[in-house]
Amino acid sequence: MEIIMSILAGILFATGVYNLLQKQILRIVIGTGLISHGAHLFILTMGKLKTGAPPILEYGVKSYTDPLPQALILTSIVISFGVTSLLLVLAYRTAKANGTDNMEELRGTENE
Amino acid sequence: MIFTVFVPLLVTLMIPFVNRWKERIHTGWFLLPIPLAIFIYFIQFVGKDFQPFYQSYSWVPSLQMNLDFYLDGFSLLFALLISGIGTLVLLYSIYYLHKSENLGHFYIYLFLFMAAMLGVVLSDNVFALYGFWELTSFSSFLLIGYWHHRERSRYGAQKSMLITVFGGLSLLGGFVTLATITGTTSIQQMIEQKDLIIGHAYFPLILIFVFLGAFTKSAQFPFHIWLPDAMEAPTPVSAYLHSATMVKAGIFLIGKFAPILSGVPSFFIVVSLIGIITLCWGSFMAVRQVDLKGILAYSTISQLGMIMAMFGFGTKVAIFAAVFHILNHATFKGSLFMIAGIVDHETGTRDIRKLGGLMTLMPISTTLAVFGAFSMAGVPLPFLNGFYSKEMFFEATLDFEGATGQLMQLLQTAIPWLAVFGSIFTFVYSMYFFFGTFRGKYKEDELEQKPHEAPWGMLISPIILVVGVITIGLFPKLVNMPLLTHAASTVANTTIEKNIYFWHGFELPLFMSIAVIVFGTVLYLTMKKWVPVYDVFPGRWNFNRVYDFIVDKLEEWSKAVTEFYMTGSVKHYVRNILIAILVVGFSVFWFTEGMTIKTDNLAEVTLPEILVAVTMALAALATIFTKSRIAAILILGVVGYGLSLLFVMYRAPDLALTQLIVETVTVALFLLCFYHLPELKKLDRDPVSRGLNGIVAIAFGAFMALIGISAHSSSWFEPISGYFLENAHDLGGGDNVVNVILVDFRGIDTLMEIAVLGVAALAIYSMIRLRRDKEAK
Repeated sequence: MEIIMSILAGILFATGVYNLLQKQILRIVIGTGLISHGAHLFILTMGKLKTGAPPILEYGVKSYTDPLPQALILTSIVISFGVTSLLLVLAYRTAKANGTDNMEELRGTENE
Repeated sequence: MIFTVFVPLLVTLMIPFVNRWKERIHTGWFLLPIPLAIFIYFIQFVGKDFQPFYQSYSWVPSLQMNLDFYLDGFSLLFALLISGIGTLVLLYSIYYLHKSENLGHFYIYLFLFMAAMLGVVLSDNVFALYGFWELTSFSSFLLIGYWHHRERSRYGAQKSMLITVFGGLSLLGGFVTLATITGTTSIQQMIEQKDLIIGHAYFPLILIFVFLGAFTKSAQFPFHIWLPDAMEAPTPVSAYLHSATMVKAGIFLIGKFAPILSGVPSFFIVVSLIGIITLCWGSFMAVRQVDLKGILAYSTISQLGMIMAMFGFGTKVAIFAAVFHILNHATFKGSLFMIAGIVDHETGTRDIRKLGGLMTLMPISTTLAVFGAFSMAGVPLPFLNGFYSKEMFFEATLDFEGATGQLMQLLQTAIPWLAVFGSIFTFVYSMYFFFGTFRGKYKEDELEQKPHEAPWGMLISPIILVVGVITIGLFPKLVNMPLLTHAASTVANTTIEKNIYFWHGFELPLFMSIAVIVFGTVLYLTMKKWVPVYDVFPGRWNFNRVYDFIVDKLEEWSKAVTEFYMTGSVKHYVRNILIAILVVGFSVFWFTEGMTIKTDNLAEVTLPEILVAVTMALAALATIFTKSRIAAILILGVVGYGLSLLFVMYRAPDLALTQLIVETVTVALFLLCFYHLPELKKLDRDPVSRGLNGIVAIAFGAFMALIGISAHSSSWFEPISGYFLENAHDLGGGDNVVNVILVDFRGIDTLMEIAVLGVAALAIYSMIRLRRDKEAK
């Protein structure tokens, strides 16, 4: 199962990167969203997918799934949510101020 | 001794305050006593029974960098030149520079330079020496660019800076290598370990580094090109830095390190060959110049080449002649520069084609120029010091002790001829300088102002220098035993004693001198006929062109390189970053054979999970292929909900819950923004770009998948989660282990994550509310 999940994470990364390399900001944000999904799945897979009980202690249960990756992912979900919403508002403001959300039109090489 | 270096430095701090009174009194008068006092301090050491002595002050003892000062005969000669000519130049500058100039800057730079130069010649510690060395380059840069509103001054300053700092940095490389090999930073202790250094594998490197430093500073071929352009500096600066002191720093360096480096044939070959070439090239080029200071600049180059060549010969006669010529050159070249400045000051031009017939108008300057120019030419008169050292130079070219090997013998035959060749041109340009300026037809129309004799104050310094020329010429014994013998002995590291005679008897050096004068006179009289030759030969083979080409191309190429990768497109940058990650990542895989697949520890494959996974994969792919952005947003939602389903299946209830909520809110946000964003435009249709993007994306996905698979297949140690499961109830007081980890075991993460959310919220708020542009009004 881990191999299948790794491949799925790989597909999420690939599609995310492809979206990231597009021109429009909205597509770029979609790309980051896909990449963060891929990363979360990746962390979960790395923590072994052996079936056991959910990590909520109960009398008599011997084997649980690994709780640490879950805690890490939970933190990561919240952070990526914050970043995504910031990016979205940034996209909105950029489009409002410049009249375009095309990254190729937003570049300025004169001052670099 | 240390005070002589630091007093000028301290004085620079006081100059701005003194300069405030310049309305009444020229700033230079206040400063005149300082170099004079230093000169008087040093002159008391002159004497037959001079003994070197040593002073040391701690600076950075842990790195063996200390302010070690060592006064030997050679340093004493230089210290006297620096302070003595410094005094005269200061006096001259008082009359040369008007009060309306920015005098504060001028004298600060000049004193900075004086301190640095004294530091160079007195330092025994190589790193302190290097520090002072760069300070001379820097202050010389400031002085050349003193009239910074002129474009030529800025060009000359930049050129000298680039070339001398290039040499200075290579010198630092040589010093570091020397210090590493010997384990000491003191030059005296390095001399004691001479055999170790010469036998070391890095010795050729040290030789190259030190040579580069010395040759760039002393304007040796082909690094001589900065010196003629440095003539844009005020004339007192040219007289001081570019004839008497700074350009001799490279000579000083070779002389100081001669006891260490001169033991090998390559030292002889390189130094004497470069010196002789510089002598010939400089004197040849000098004849071609039309600017008085241009003639003197090339003349300086050529004379420095001569001194350098003599250090290369390394025989006792040669070293003594070199030391003697250092002193002589400083006297007559300093006076000639000052005379050129006077001519410029009184006529308004330095162009020799416009000058002529000034003899009757400026009798004193003419008299002084006779002595200077004839001494430079080496005319055999008993009261001209230039003749003595020129004659000794010829004597030195004729005998080398123990020259073996084919190249050495070839040099041995070639050097006297080259020396005569160079000296003929020296004679020609000296005559050209003198007769072109002071004799011939007086061209009244071409001069900007009516020339008349300079004020006395301006003449004092050249008079003193010319008196020096004559005194050394008439009574060479005055400087021989008390000063020159000690200096030459220091360089040779043995005792050298030599008597200076005017009359050697009928010997080969005398005939060489006569040949120089005869051929020189003939060449000078027929000079007009040679003009076309000069225009072709040095005009074509010009090293300034090489320099300009290098400087231009460096700028062009670095601009081209930067523009190649700095396109301004985020897409390109992201792609470059990803490609770099892929190259590094895959090569690590390849070289460490890190790819392993183990199938024995896998979880069971079940159908529902496969179904969810396939749905997610299809949805992810669909985000790329869909034409409509709203569809892309909704399909992204499918991926998110699929992920939360997977969390459910993998026994992660908290994750599933959070993912569900976050995904809902995110999709809502996407839709909100989508509403405000401009209409959908066409996707990237360029096939090359699409293809490249596709390849990068697929490669990156494959790379991550491979990492996942091989990381899973190689387990190094047990996870630490057992601890959390065992202690969550007892230590954390909770049964939901994930939540206990979040708020108890690893609470800091949660705190920071809250902070992230808070900052994001504030940023969003400020982005929406705060406007500075006209949109807000």
